[in-house]
Amino acid sequence: MNLTYTPAQQAFRAEVRDWLACHVPAKRLASFDDSRDGFEAHRTWERTLHAGQWGMVTWPVQYGGRNVDLISWLIFEEEYYRANAPARVNQNGIFLLGPTLMEFGTAEQKARFLSAMAAGDEIWSQAWSEPQAGSDLAAVRSSAMREGDHYVLNGHKIWSTRAVYADWAFGLFRTELGSERHRGLSLILFPLTAPGVRISPIARLDGKPVFAEIFLNDVRVPVDQRLGAEGQGWAVCMATAGFERGLMLRSPARYQVAAERLVDLYRRHGDPNDDVTRIAVHRSWMDAQAYALSIYATASRLSAGGTIDAESSTNKIFWSELDIALHQTALAILGPRAELLPSAPTAHRDGDWLEDFIFALAGPIYAGANEIQRNIIAERMLGLPR
Amino acid sequence: MHFAFSSEQLMAAEVTTQLLQAHCTPALLRQLLARDAAREDSRWQALSEMGLMGVLIPTDAGGLGLNETDFVLLAEAGGYAALPEPLVEHAGVAAPLLAQVQPGHPLLTAMASGTSTLAIGHPINPFVADADTATALLLVHGDTLHLVRRDQTHITRQPSIDPFRRLYQVDWRASDCTRLDGAGPSDALLDQALNRGALFAAAQCLGLAQRSVHLAVAYARERQQFGKPIGSYQAIKHLLATAQVKIEFARPVVYAAAAELATHAPHAAMRVSHAKLAACEAAELATRTAIQVHGAMGYSWEADVHFFLKRSLALHAAWGSPAFHRGRIAHHIDGQPLGPDHTFYNGTGHV
Repeated sequence: MNLTYTPAQQAFRAEVRDWLACHVPAKRLASFDDSRDGFEAHRTWERTLHAGQWGMVTWPVQYGGRNVDLISWLIFEEEYYRANAPARVNQNGIFLLGPTLMEFGTAEQKARFLSAMAAGDEIWSQAWSEPQAGSDLAAVRSSAMREGDHYVLNGHKIWSTRAVYADWAFGLFRTELGSERHRGLSLILFPLTAPGVRISPIARLDGKPVFAEIFLNDVRVPVDQRLGAEGQGWAVCMATAGFERGLMLRSPARYQVAAERLVDLYRRHGDPNDDVTRIAVHRSWMDAQAYALSIYATASRLSAGGTIDAESSTNKIFWSELDIALHQTALAILGPRAELLPSAPTAHRDGDWLEDFIFALAGPIYAGANEIQRNIIAERMLGLPR
Repeated sequence: MHFAFSSEQLMAAEVTTQLLQAHCTPALLRQLLARDAAREDSRWQALSEMGLMGVLIPTDAGGLGLNETDFVLLAEAGGYAALPEPLVEHAGVAAPLLAQVQPGHPLLTAMASGTSTLAIGHPINPFVADADTATALLLVHGDTLHLVRRDQTHITRQPSIDPFRRLYQVDWRASDCTRLDGAGPSDALLDQALNRGALFAAAQCLGLAQRSVHLAVAYARERQQFGKPIGSYQAIKHLLATAQVKIEFARPVVYAAAAELATHAPHAAMRVSHAKLAACEAAELATRTAIQVHGAMGYSWEADVHFFLKRSLALHAAWGSPAFHRGRIAHHIDGQPLGPDHTFYNGTGHV
């Protein structure tokens, strides 16, 4: 047990901090969900990161990384959020597909996809859910039928975040005619610009087109764009889901920085006699700390050769509930002005609390609804019967 | 940076858990109650023979000379078993305090072997736990520490809802004979004792919370209603999963607090308070959930879950109430840098 950073880790932190201080745009970029311009501004930022070799620090040097361990990744993330650097437009790629490619991809696939991903040249979206396959993901029907050295994709994917402007998607398809449930599925990578792909934006509850439906009509993709063995798509996807819920998708620094800002917000605008809100502020700070400690413990275990299993479900429940509580507390502090949009003439100029609250509302739903996570905890961790 | 226990620490915890699994079953607890006995001597001896009493006693005095990181899992194992004997008060708090004041005190050797038990009357607690079976008591008068033989005190039992928690009001007279020389100002030492008491109370809460979930899971797998085990219903699954999430995010805080107390990190007191708050909340939720899952059985004397509910209730305000610990958190938040780069002590400004 050693809860101090090594000199090398401290030097790494200093290097990240210095680089970010020189390169993070002074003005917040336009949202990557609202417009092509905002999306492309974020792509440019990804290219800047890549040029500094900061795209994905845990990756091997040959794919644009620095080959550092998970503790250093956490340090990078801490500095990244401290610096208020732009949100990662390619998070589905670098945090979800990237680690899966690293584990299941062939040498050719890694060379083909990882560098372009790290460079921001290819921005990824996830194509898993279907209209009748949400929480029950194994009910997917979209098919990929083999024709020579190609698959022919047909079907209807939905709730694909950032698919409106993204370049590529990784999707779950039936490669075996007549197969059911978890069998006969494969994970296939396909360009969203391919002939036969039609993207239809879906407006979020505030009207922004943050996700999309993907209609696939005889889309031909080469067989070598299948990730993992044919028919093993479910196992490959679950590995992705483990990373997603477990470690990388929501790094603790995100909540620690938000909690720190919440403390500041309370200092400036809070009612000093409002004990309930003060305690809620402190609870958010403690919960963000607890999440960070938990992730450091997980990273330490993974570094020592351990694995991540059902605890990724406890993580997902914890950060999603923490995120909502934290932003609800911020809105409570802002009082009657909490509801004002940034365009309101007398809107407070003290952070994006409302926008971030709306985003937090999705947390208990995406990456597997929290009710599904509770089933996973009960069945796999506690051993209750199915 | 490596946030994990050593294999030796994990092994010691495993062996302790196994010993308590055999020697601290709910059936044995009930026998102890029926005899109205304060402690099971054979169990105390077995724990002593494993070296548990001397974990925080220096090697010169016959102990193992280890630290809080080595003891925290043992306290958790005690909580998991609802251990009645004062392992934590004696070995986790009183022993290291006496060792700090007088490293060569002759009582330490007898404490390390478990033949003498030391109770502690800390100003944060109104009563002294297990004063009746103690050889001597560590007590505070003004700003001085005193070591008082049991027969120099008058004790009055204050029955607790937890039948294994033996609380006493202690009347005694401080004198030059009882004062522990070499103590110096007692404030810092008493703060450290409080931190150990709160930390190990938190560790016990983690253990009893996890045991409550395990008891409820075992019951839910067996108990049938509507033709199926009740554990197959999502209503039951989600209650237990929610309790488990609480436990999972109290645990790393408790472990970090142990490590930071052991290394005297400047924010260790804040972490201990966080650990106490989080572990108490987890214990409250887990024990109440376990009773709910057991249904009417859970509200009966016959089911074992009430032992854990009562210990949770007892530890809730022991070694500092939630208000006390929230106050220490507030003090930290108001005065210290909070960002993610300050999660751990970074080695600058050490006092």
